[in-house]
Amino acid sequence: MAQAHNSLSLSNPHPTGMDTVQKIASAIGGLGLLILFISLFGQINGNYGTWLTASLALMTVGVCVYAWREYMDKPEGIKNNHVWHRTLTNKGLWGWIVGVVLTGFYVVLYFYPQYLGLAKEGANSGLIALFDSLSQALKGQPASQWFVYGALYTLAILIFGVKFLLKYRHNRYQQIRTLSVMFFQLGFAFLIPEILMRLNYPYNNFMNMWPLNYYFFDGWNIQAMTTSGKVGMFMFAWGILMILVISPVLTYFYGKRWYCSWVCGCGGLAETAGDPFRHLSDKSLKAWKIERWMIHGVLVFAIVMTLMVLIFNNGTLRSWYGFAIGSVFSGVIGVGFYPLMGSRVWCRFGCPMAAILGLQQRFFSRFRITTNGGQCISCGNCSTYCEMGIDVRSYAQKGQNIVRASCVGCGICAAVCPRGVLRLENSAIDINSRTDEMKVIMISENGVRI
Amino acid sequence: MHIVIIGNGISGITTARWIRKLSDHQITVISDETDYFFSRTALMYIYMGHMRFQDTQPYENWFWEKNRINLLRDRVESIDIPNKKLNMRDTSSIQYDKLVLALGSKPNKFGWPGQDLDGVQGMYSAQDLEGMEKYSEGLKHAVIVGGGLIGIEMAEMFHSRHIPVTFLVREKSYWNMVLAPDESAMVNRVINKNGIDLRLSTELKEILPDENGKCRAVITNKGDEIPCQFVGLTAGVHPNIAFIKETEIETQKGIVVDEHLETSVKDIYAVGDCAQLRNPPPGRRPIEAVWYVGRMMGETAAYNICGKPVEYQPGIWFNSAKFFDIEYQVYGTVLANPPAEHKSLYWEHPDGEKSIRIVWDDVSGWVIGFQTMGVRYRDEVCRQWIRDKAHIENVLMNLGLANFDPEFYDQYESEVIALYNQKTGANLQLMEKRGLNSVVKFIKKQFA
Ligand SMILES: Cc1cc2nc3c(=O)[nH]c(=O)nc-3n(C[C@H](O)[C@H](O)[C@H](O)COP(=O)(O)OP(=O)(O)OC[C@H]3O[C@@H](n4cnc5c(N)ncnc54)[C@H](O)[C@@H]3O)c2cc1C
Ligand code: SF4
Ligand code: SF4
Repeated sequence: MAQAHNSLSLSNPHPTGMDTVQKIASAIGGLGLLILFISLFGQINGNYGTWLTASLALMTVGVCVYAWREYMDKPEGIKNNHVWHRTLTNKGLWGWIVGVVLTGFYVVLYFYPQYLGLAKEGANSGLIALFDSLSQALKGQPASQWFVYGALYTLAILIFGVKFLLKYRHNRYQQIRTLSVMFFQLGFAFLIPEILMRLNYPYNNFMNMWPLNYYFFDGWNIQAMTTSGKVGMFMFAWGILMILVISPVLTYFYGKRWYCSWVCGCGGLAETAGDPFRHLSDKSLKAWKIERWMIHGVLVFAIVMTLMVLIFNNGTLRSWYGFAIGSVFSGVIGVGFYPLMGSRVWCRFGCPMAAILGLQQRFFSRFRITTNGGQCISCGNCSTYCEMGIDVRSYAQKGQNIVRASCVGCGICAAVCPRGVLRLENSAIDINSRTDEMKVIMISENGVRI
Repeated sequence: MHIVIIGNGISGITTARWIRKLSDHQITVISDETDYFFSRTALMYIYMGHMRFQDTQPYENWFWEKNRINLLRDRVESIDIPNKKLNMRDTSSIQYDKLVLALGSKPNKFGWPGQDLDGVQGMYSAQDLEGMEKYSEGLKHAVIVGGGLIGIEMAEMFHSRHIPVTFLVREKSYWNMVLAPDESAMVNRVINKNGIDLRLSTELKEILPDENGKCRAVITNKGDEIPCQFVGLTAGVHPNIAFIKETEIETQKGIVVDEHLETSVKDIYAVGDCAQLRNPPPGRRPIEAVWYVGRMMGETAAYNICGKPVEYQPGIWFNSAKFFDIEYQVYGTVLANPPAEHKSLYWEHPDGEKSIRIVWDDVSGWVIGFQTMGVRYRDEVCRQWIRDKAHIENVLMNLGLANFDPEFYDQYESEVIALYNQKTGANLQLMEKRGLNSVVKFIKKQFA
């Protein structure tokens, strides 16, 4: 059976690095980004609609074609080859560049929107003017920096969502979950609020609840809702219902994942654009300790701040909160540091909503991640790819269920496990003993058990 | 009491951890391989860039001091049994009261000409990984010898770096001493699909050197010469017990141990890959070089060392692996060449990359094994059925209980039943689908 030896170069037909199509796709996407940059420096005047369409279309095409080439001609499966070899994803040069650029963007966005072209009076210029036409079409007003941000944010979730869908095309849980975050971002976080404003109703994302939406109980917000007729009252009632009924009930049944990795916009960005950086979260026990102090600290801060606003009508704390948590933490650090600290810095250390849902999940929820008896080989893939920095392996190798306040139920640990050890599950029957199973322990004082 | 453990792999470390849980004895773990325990099973993922070396360490570095487990990086050269002393390569000798041998394995070499050339190695240790990394630089072609689990991992590793691989497998089909023909054929397909040059029924005859003493080609038993700059020897492993052989401790292939994992010499125990059971429990082999066995033995040895005698009872066999993108799981007895009384139902998905096999005893109808490819099955349920001698038809009707695939995945259990009905003329219906509620009820019932 002498085989021609020159056919041996057959192995792995997929080129290392980018192929030609991917290079072209990157160039196309880069061109779209370049348009935004040029506009930033005031070099685009007029024809805003056309330029914007061109830019968004180029970025969409670029990312989608790139992702198609990256995944579709390879067999379905886990695609983590070279994650720690590439400087974008191993905190190397490209990671730092992207981190600095993103952080810089957030600083300008939150604190110096005039550099983006926001005009206090008169017509916008620069980047913001580029989005005026889209804003006019949706809500009948010129764009603000928040509109630009919302639009780009939504675009990122959509196009990187497509990339994620292709990457995980073998995994239906990941598919449905990703379609869900894409849907909620586009519909509930972006389109509906803008359209509401066009119809002269208060801005409202029905899926954003207090305390994530920290201004919910602010006087102006309550007033805006209560003076906007039935629709406004519905918003108010819905907001309260979300906090008191809908979210605890859903968390009881499914864990906090129904929100954090299926609905929430912060989670949505982390799961799509942030996906290549998920392994950068710190898994150490120390990080977990800091996390618990910080996130519950923020929760207390949010509650005190809200009480101050509600009872004493005192907004000082509130404005501090808005600055420190709402802006610096959630945006600048939360997203800017993706390539350095992983995709869920905000969700893990700073989100008060995550803190509340986490407490519910930890103490009364049917949700847990079960481990498949003794099959764990302690390889560490699950821990490495847990974006919340949970040391999943430390549970799995003991055969213990994972019940952790921070788990957002993304299901990636279960997906990357090469031995099929982990499964996201819900059950009420053993709800009180779901944490204390230690199945791999073979021997106990009362005899041998396997 | 000073307990010294040679080997910081899963078996040695599990022993140490359990001794600490059970007692306050002084514990020292010696290894010449790495400073800290790491997961050997994850070597491939380091090479492929899924993880860094430190990510494969199951415990953080502070863990050892906190738990008063003393770690020593050195090599034990010999054991002075009468004086209970270890002679070390670098440091002064160490006194022990009880000794645990957790020495692991070494890759097999079968006396092939050229097997010690530069560029020829196995894949077992952290050093082997460094070797692969070093030789990968500029590597144009690699040959892998031996169609087992490590060989296919090595093929996947080179594949991830776009290094062409020829995979020599002595058998007619990949791993067909363990996998039945259907599953084995599936893995052959997957190997080929990934562009690996799989050569079945082919053996290594000789490795040829170049002028610098580096390998330049292999010659197969079919007379083919395959140019290559790296040869991976993955034809199995054997217990790493060379320096034990020189002592009075009884050895055969491995270090012979009794039910309490004690060797022929009092106060010396052996666990993991290097241990050979004098009387293996029914259905188990004397040496089982797998992760889980190391873990179970470590725990058992710790109990015995701490004066709580228990016998080693590994229970029902289970194992798992991954062949490129296809996960494999087995519970109980599923043989490649089963005796006539083992009946088996094999269902395969039309895509050829998923399958479920259930084996039962023809006479009694008791289920004895499960084996899946590309489908995850639940350890607790499968082994419970086997332990309880559940009847095949009963198992089939409740088969959903065993499904461990993620939410929203297709469930194939009714197709398995349909196949059974078609083959036997039975008329079974699936009564339980996948889901934790019923599983918890099922398990509670068993323990009640
Ligand atoms: C690449 C690979 C993949 C694998 N995948 C799987 C899998 O998926 N599932 C599975 O079940 N099993 C798998 N195995 C097998 C599994 O890893 C082994 O069974 C297990 O690691 C053995 O553990 P151990 O503690 O017995 O020995 P080891 O982990 O080998 O530990 C022995 C240690 O002792 C040290 N040592 C030996 N002699 C001396 C001395 N004289 N002085 C000092 N130190 C010494 C050695 O250097 C070594 O560090 C795999 C093995 C390999 C190599
Ligand atoms: S534990 Fe698993 S499901 Fe939970 S957040 Fe981490 S990776 Fe996601
Ligand atoms: S990925 Fe799976 S096998 Fe690896 S440590 Fe995690 S649970 Fe265990």
